[in-house]
Amino acid sequence: MTRSPTQTADAVSATAPVVINLLSQARYLSGVREFIFSVARRFGFDEKSASHIALAVDEAVCNIIRHGYDKRADGQITVGLWPIPEDAPEGRNTEGIRIVIEDSAKQVDPDKIKGRDLADVRPGGLGVHIMKQVMNEVTYEKRAKGGMRLTMIKYLSASPSEEGDNHAD
Amino acid sequence: MQIDVSPLQSATMLKPHGDVDMSCARDLQGALHQALRAKPERLIVNLEDVSYMDSSGVATLVEAMQIARKSKTSVVLCNLQDRVRSIFEIARLDRVFKIAATADEALAN
Repeated sequence: MTRSPTQTADAVSATAPVVINLLSQARYLSGVREFIFSVARRFGFDEKSASHIALAVDEAVCNIIRHGYDKRADGQITVGLWPIPEDAPEGRNTEGIRIVIEDSAKQVDPDKIKGRDLADVRPGGLGVHIMKQVMNEVTYEKRAKGGMRLTMIKYLSASPSEEGDNHAD
Repeated sequence: MQIDVSPLQSATMLKPHGDVDMSCARDLQGALHQALRAKPERLIVNLEDVSYMDSSGVATLVEAMQIARKSKTSVVLCNLQDRVRSIFEIARLDRVFKIAATADEALAN
């Protein structure tokens, strides 16, 4: 079972079985990565896919710090994650993972958030491309109360044989 | 972050240690800029002790490669761990950078 992003409402911290709250500071990235990697492994993802899921979250949080909060150090970021289906029994592989990242940073038109043309080799602008490449679904939306919400889904069945078959914008 | 710098005969080798992400990409950038100021024939970035890199680290290396081109310095990456190689492949930069399997190979080619 999957949920549409809008069904999460503004309550990731209240509804997710596990939540990470962090300030918009890059020094917390490694801890977030390690946690996401560890949970993804428990959900049944192989090491490569779990590593890619952690990378996608890292890139998403980096973008929020860099572009959303303009490197301000006091911004709030909430990362919530769910197994798919949400009632997947413990001790068994899930069908996937759903990650929702919310911030209170400036809002951006979701249609304007795109990966850049990779033929244009230059520093920066790779984060969205990487997220879209390694996850099965990546959806941005504006939160009703301000800030942005990013929902990313990765299915276990797409791992690892279909990995790399996704193509970003 | 710790970055070892080894001046060799016609090359300089940089060896960063630890994860390269947004929190320390600036350290790597500083070390790369400093090494490139001496305009070595070859700048080797030995990633043997880097187990993780995000796009902040990749962007730093792309920038260094672009600076290096202007002074005809060749940038070679070597000893990429699987996770690090993966991000270069995802960004299709494995076709843009010279990547050697080992430091010896990076020095020889």
